[in-house]
Amino acid sequence: MNAPPAVSIQASHALGAAFIFKKALISALVALVLFSLMIGVRTEAGPTGQLIYWTRFGDLAAMVATVFGGSIVVELLRQWWGPVGTIRVVPTNVKSALALARRGIAPVLLIFTFLVPVIFYDQRYILDLGILVLTYVMLGWGLNVVVGLAGLLDLGYVAFYAVGAYSYALLATNFGLSFWICLPLAGILAALWGVMLGFPVLRLRGDYLAIVTLAFGEIIRLVIINWQSLTGGPNGVSGIPRPTMFGIPLTPGDDGLAAKLGIEFSPTHRIVFLFYLILALALLTNWVTIRLRRLPIGRAWEALREDEVACRALGINTTTTKLTAFATGAMFGGFAGAFFATRQGFISPESFTFQESALVLAIVVLGGMGSQLGVALAALAMIGGFELFRGLEQYRMLVFGIAMVLLMIWRPRGLIGHRAPTVFLERSQAISSDLVKEGHG
Amino acid sequence: MDYFAQQLINGLVLGSVYGLIAIGYTMVYGIVGMINFAHGDIFMIGGFIALISFLILVSFGLTAIPLILLIVLLVSMAITALYGWTVERIAYRPLRHSFRLAPMLSAIGMSFVLTNYSQIAQGARVKPVPPIIRGGYTLHEGASGFVVQLSNVQIVVVIATIVLLALFTWLVARTRLGRDMRACEQDQTMAALLGVDVDRTISMTFVIGAALAAVAGMMYLLYYGQVDFNMGFVAGIKAFTAAVLGGIGSLPGAMLGGLAIGLIETMWSAYFSVEYKDVAAFSILIIVLIFLPTGLLGRPEVEKV
Repeated sequence: MNAPPAVSIQASHALGAAFIFKKALISALVALVLFSLMIGVRTEAGPTGQLIYWTRFGDLAAMVATVFGGSIVVELLRQWWGPVGTIRVVPTNVKSALALARRGIAPVLLIFTFLVPVIFYDQRYILDLGILVLTYVMLGWGLNVVVGLAGLLDLGYVAFYAVGAYSYALLATNFGLSFWICLPLAGILAALWGVMLGFPVLRLRGDYLAIVTLAFGEIIRLVIINWQSLTGGPNGVSGIPRPTMFGIPLTPGDDGLAAKLGIEFSPTHRIVFLFYLILALALLTNWVTIRLRRLPIGRAWEALREDEVACRALGINTTTTKLTAFATGAMFGGFAGAFFATRQGFISPESFTFQESALVLAIVVLGGMGSQLGVALAALAMIGGFELFRGLEQYRMLVFGIAMVLLMIWRPRGLIGHRAPTVFLERSQAISSDLVKEGHG
Repeated sequence: MDYFAQQLINGLVLGSVYGLIAIGYTMVYGIVGMINFAHGDIFMIGGFIALISFLILVSFGLTAIPLILLIVLLVSMAITALYGWTVERIAYRPLRHSFRLAPMLSAIGMSFVLTNYSQIAQGARVKPVPPIIRGGYTLHEGASGFVVQLSNVQIVVVIATIVLLALFTWLVARTRLGRDMRACEQDQTMAALLGVDVDRTISMTFVIGAALAAVAGMMYLLYYGQVDFNMGFVAGIKAFTAAVLGGIGSLPGAMLGGLAIGLIETMWSAYFSVEYKDVAAFSILIIVLIFLPTGLLGRPEVEKV
């Protein structure tokens, strides 16, 4: 079964140990130059304010040795794996089992998510992590409308998240409006901002669009930081009211939910409520997206992604198509923002940096651009992986960056590399995402 | 009027630094067609290496400032260029023929890696250095006592920029490497068929871009007297804005865009508010792109159906 790879393994073995050693030596030399000053020398402002430096040749030697060893391992792994593009023959029974598992994974995941608060009722940490993951799942699904379906590259998605969060925070703290009134308002405001961003960028394509959306995200953040009288500037907004269960507060008081139901109050109730709230919001996003894909507007989005010129030739109004994509994506971002504000009770501009936009975009791309399940899995992997490194606080972003690079090299098309088409003849067949265009904005 | 002249000088100097970084963006974009998000961090690394090599040279007892500056310039260009090469080799080359978003995300990841690498390696605190090049000239003394000054640092920054730009324009227009680069920009497959080593040319593009970013990093160090691990992001975004503003893929455009962004930022802080200077720069970008969707000097994209 595995005959072709075996041949290639033999071929590359012929290159021999000398080749591997030479390659590792070159890598080590490059590493030595790269790290010589940055790691071999450490600078710091001394007691008099003057910069002083000391050397760390031990660390430098360790790093170079690691690179040397690492590149030998990588080279050996590469030879064992065979050349890139080797086709591996998978037995039919394994293939059908995989297909079955793939079909089963979505419902199993959904049921498991519903049961999380029941299973982990006593583990506050897991519930909090679950809420965080679901928030990113929702953001990913929201951005997926813009990037995955309409093919418009948006690097400033966090702006809408911020608009939603600040809308709720300011409306609730200044006018005392409840969460359930503010939630739709936050969505509408974010959608309005989406249209406002959409208008100037209608004519832009590709990377011009990317940089304008990035600039837009930065503008929103800078305005929030500097408009101190309204937003509190870098200090943020605190004392944001917690959500109520349709008017019934989740507090230990007499009018609280626990008292009304006649059960003992526990702070976990609120966490569980928040969990189901974000789950409902995320599922709403998912449901709306799935429905929209079957409506003319969703089809127009996907057509726009595939070929804008053909779209126009067929009489699709690209202006409204782009604007609705921006508005829909932004609205879900706004919902998620309002939820974020009510969950945290405190928001500041620090939560809305470009890193967040990059994280959400990474989730969408890693999820396979347009695959709903893929986005959910990618959010779980990204946020979960991020949490694993919580102990190594300062190495966290480093590991995150390395993971992003490696994942892109490993699977440029994302975890779920195929799509289910909404229009088909006779029966639905998964299409490889290699055939799906990524759009030009 | 004097105040305006002073701001004009400051803006042009700042713009030169942005322009040097922007060239790296625009070259890479022209050839590979991707936004090299890690380029701002390459600039930051260049600043750090200039700082460290400067400290070492001073502690060895060198006192001749021009000699020190020359060595620092060469060392930081060489090491930073190697950073550029390594980033391309690790993060972009495996994704060369992949779809458009993959190298971009890989670049964003690389940018995080470089930022946090230098934070871990050199600490999070801002690294200040005393002014290395002192003195300057008084150009004009106004009646109100306002003095228009041109400091020696500013002269060095502008002269270095002009020299490098001239050198670079010559490189692209007259040398074999420049011809290969222009060929790859037009059609990679055709260039490869005609004997151009595409991989090598792209590597060299990254190397040159990184070397120019290192110069910008060193100029930044001389001009502002400090570096920190976080300076790459904002400077990178603004330089990219400059590249887009000038028309991405065009070298004079990158320089022009850099100067424009530098001037807008300086004038805005001088006459309106310092807090909103970045907002002004980004807003101008959006406004220019509404009317000129391909930037100031960019060629309009012709779409074949």
